[in-house]
Amino acid sequence: MSRRTFPVIPGFGLTLGYTLVYLSLLVLIPLGALFIYATQLTWAEFWAIVTSARVLAALKLSFGTALLAALLNGAIGTLLAWALVRYTFSGRTIIEAMIDLPFALPTAVAGIALTALYAPTGPIGQFATALGFKIAYTPLGITLALTFVTLPFVVRTLQPVLADIPREVEEAAACLGAKPLQVFRYVLLPALLPAWLTGFALAFARGVGEYGSVIFIAGNMPMKTEILPLLIMVQLDQYNYAGATAIGVLMLVVSFILLLLINMLQRRIARA
Amino acid sequence: MSIRFFALAALAGALVAGPASAAQTLLNVSYDPTRELYVEFNQAFARHWQAQGNEAVAIQQSHGGSGKQARSVIDGLRADVVTLALAGDIDELHRIGKLIPENWQERLPDASTPYTSSIVFLVRKGNPKGIEDWDDLIEPGVEVITPNPKTSGGARWNLLAAWAYAEKKYGGEAQARDFVEKLYRNVPVLDTGARGSTITFVNNKIGDVLLAWENEAFLALKEEGGDALEIVAPSLSILAEPPVTVVDANVDRKGTRKVAEAYLEYLYSDEGQRLAAKHFYRPRNPEIAKEFSEQFSDIELVTIDGYFNGWKEAQPRFFNDGGIFDQIYQAH
Repeated sequence: MSRRTFPVIPGFGLTLGYTLVYLSLLVLIPLGALFIYATQLTWAEFWAIVTSARVLAALKLSFGTALLAALLNGAIGTLLAWALVRYTFSGRTIIEAMIDLPFALPTAVAGIALTALYAPTGPIGQFATALGFKIAYTPLGITLALTFVTLPFVVRTLQPVLADIPREVEEAAACLGAKPLQVFRYVLLPALLPAWLTGFALAFARGVGEYGSVIFIAGNMPMKTEILPLLIMVQLDQYNYAGATAIGVLMLVVSFILLLLINMLQRRIARA
Repeated sequence: MSIRFFALAALAGALVAGPASAAQTLLNVSYDPTRELYVEFNQAFARHWQAQGNEAVAIQQSHGGSGKQARSVIDGLRADVVTLALAGDIDELHRIGKLIPENWQERLPDASTPYTSSIVFLVRKGNPKGIEDWDDLIEPGVEVITPNPKTSGGARWNLLAAWAYAEKKYGGEAQARDFVEKLYRNVPVLDTGARGSTITFVNNKIGDVLLAWENEAFLALKEEGGDALEIVAPSLSILAEPPVTVVDANVDRKGTRKVAEAYLEYLYSDEGQRLAAKHFYRPRNPEIAKEFSEQFSDIELVTIDGYFNGWKEAQPRFFNDGGIFDQIYQAH
């Protein structure tokens, strides 16, 4: 006898077909076109572009700042989510609404505003100048802009999970003699980690490709503060479509590998 | 009846009503600083065109970075005419897009450039760093603001102007390269476009001197914060020539060739030239130029064709991958 099982809910074929068509139109075809366009280059040409000193410097900067911003939001976002779920205080709904603002604001507006604030002569930047360092036009400024635009991811993925953990679980742990840190380490953390990783991965992926909010604060100095998306624009401005797609493919492949790793990590945690 | 039905009906209605409402529409795809000029010029031309007994024409304008605008037209934006920052960008409409003939620049007077501009210095009021000429820009401690020549048409004119000055004064390519390298060592930020650099200099108050299109510099003086700035004209600069052309493939498809050609020719008329001068572009017509002689200071101007053998040679030599601009930053 075959052991094929039929799902209880009908419509599997229809939904899968719909999903595939939808994904193909929106994701696979545009990305496939990118790869096809890149094949206009020979392998040697492609390799020369993606291993040039400038592209590698930009690669390090883009992925480094995106990683840093995602980590920062991982820490601060967790705190925010905790405060919003566990405590009731006046003005909470306003803070709730403010968290989504970085998504609603056009990124260029955010970029210009942040640059004006953190430029060496700006209202906040002047204090940094007095202390002898610069925020805008350095990798620090890029990280700041990325932290701003990716703020909602960790908060929004953690909130529902946190809300689902009954208080009684923590109380039970405490009754059984667990210290607060132990409660966090053995009770809360395992439940939160998968959602935290999702938020982290989303923030990271968004940060790598971000252009609008970063381009004003970056300063765009070759080898120092050039982000990868800018190098794509530079290639396009030379009407070098193939060169632009080569850098695009590079970004895509590196991002895909990193996201895949995060996903695998998540599965291992979920199984454990 | 579903919402979808209404949406489809509305869309169909828009498609039918679109071309019927205005007799003819022209799309002028231009670069950033010409916005105010063309708002006024379009009205003037529409009046002139109707006064000549033609049916009404509506003109739409689109603005953005010059290279980006050229790419939009290559990628299918149905521009009737393009009025861009440099001939190099329009050349690509021929080379990649096959939208215009190779000799497009010979079809109108003055290499199809009805108005010109130049590169000048914008400094803070009272000129605290005493900046008078290009030599002052390479002094240690002077911060120069200019956009990235890789992404900005205006920035390419800036670099070439500095190059021409140094090569003429110090006598050779090696000296010019050294001069330009020193100049870019004083640049703390490379914005992607001319407007971005203006914001950095005027609003964020970064830097001591902004290298700017002459017309942009005049505009900055008129705008908020302009009274804290002044213009310094260097002894030598480059004649910035932003050319115009009809996009043949598009006007032939849309049947708008006659009005599109008249539109560009009207830029050369007395009214067109006066409007250009009013918006701080240097008019080509010497009579009109004389009327505005007080506005524009006398600068020795080299031309891209005369000094650099045109964009076809200057673009790869200076700005493409591995060109002089890239070499400056690799040397660091």
